[in-house]
Amino acid sequence: MRLPQTPSQTVGPFFGPALVRSGQQSLVTAGSRGERITIEGRVLDGDAAGVSDAMIELWQANADGRYDHPDDSQEKLLDPDFHGFGRAATDERGCFRFYSIKPGAVPGPGIILQAPHISVSIFARGLLKRLVTRIYFPDEPLNATDAVLNAVAPDRRSTLIARNAERQGVLLFDIVLQGEHETVFFDV
Amino acid sequence: MKIPAGYRRETPGAHPPYDHPSYTSTHKRAPRHALVRLEHTLSEITGPRLAGETLAPGSNENDLTHFDDGEALGERIIVTGRVLDEDGRAIPHTLIEIWQANAAGRYAHVEDQHQAPLDPHFAGIGRAITDDRGAYRFVTVKPGAYPWRNHHNAWRPNHIHFSLFGPSFATRLITQMYFPGDPLLTLDPIFNSIPDRSARARLIATFDIEVTIPEYALGYRFDFVLRGRDATPALS
Repeated sequence: MRLPQTPSQTVGPFFGPALVRSGQQSLVTAGSRGERITIEGRVLDGDAAGVSDAMIELWQANADGRYDHPDDSQEKLLDPDFHGFGRAATDERGCFRFYSIKPGAVPGPGIILQAPHISVSIFARGLLKRLVTRIYFPDEPLNATDAVLNAVAPDRRSTLIARNAERQGVLLFDIVLQGEHETVFFDV
Repeated sequence: MKIPAGYRRETPGAHPPYDHPSYTSTHKRAPRHALVRLEHTLSEITGPRLAGETLAPGSNENDLTHFDDGEALGERIIVTGRVLDEDGRAIPHTLIEIWQANAAGRYAHVEDQHQAPLDPHFAGIGRAITDDRGAYRFVTVKPGAYPWRNHHNAWRPNHIHFSLFGPSFATRLITQMYFPGDPLLTLDPIFNSIPDRSARARLIATFDIEVTIPEYALGYRFDFVLRGRDATPALS
């Protein structure tokens, strides 16, 4: 017999003190292996206004493409200084920022590696359940064969690929909840 | 490498839609495009394990009633239960985070402008880790109802916010726990955004005299069911 699922409800506007504590917008410490990246973006609503009360969570593999989780049994090194989880709130303009490393490629369907990516959850007042998307990287050859990217209509794929900022190591990734350039969100 | 089975999907009717007519804030935030189905990969089957790095052993962050060396005002309550998957298996060592209004219906948050008093001894935030049986327990005060501006004379029913991770990215859940007999429930757009009546009822805690501590606090039971493993293995 199966137990029925507990329903989702909105995170509301008052989660900050409970959920967003200092330090979680950085996934790295001095000892973390890998290429340092900064991810900056805005969460925008259907009027292209910044969403000032959203929370973003990241989940990613380490620089070698290994998740810090018992279900990842790959023979790749864990990194004692990288666990792969980050969380940040948006500011009054809807902006967020994370400090991390570029993840390595992890296995996908068949024998094909997935392109490097970061899994993203978005929570906010007005979102009765989370939204899920992925951040992919620009100029990444594996993007062409990535099964998840290829499941997305070609004209919308670009919403999943971060852009290089002029500043070295900074990637830009806006999350558009609704509207002309709406981000692709996934049913997981 | 063999990739373990993925997780089951949302049960239709058990969760709210993104756009709900009577909850105004959904209208400009709900996506217009259909979600793209993502077959679970290692990225969704794995997920953050925050128990160890978040809470020190012996932490008392599950007791919200003694903030800043004083006693919180209000009706003291125990909220306890288990975190299970759809197959009834306990989910041990997973982080639960809660937040709530104080007994007067006011959050200790700069954006909360409701004209009700703050309580210097109640911050309204707590954390706990489930034990080997998936059990958790919080000591807090019953949150007050409070007005919000969704529509004329709108009041949120008494509720506590809960955030849970479970074993994977796929099992992440944020929800709200309500109280039995609350007359505001039938009027609340957020509660009523859940299509199935029986699913809505699962967000209402059960009063339990066995959990109640004599001369100290009323007891409520509230269990969580997160998505279980799919029988068929993930693509590998």
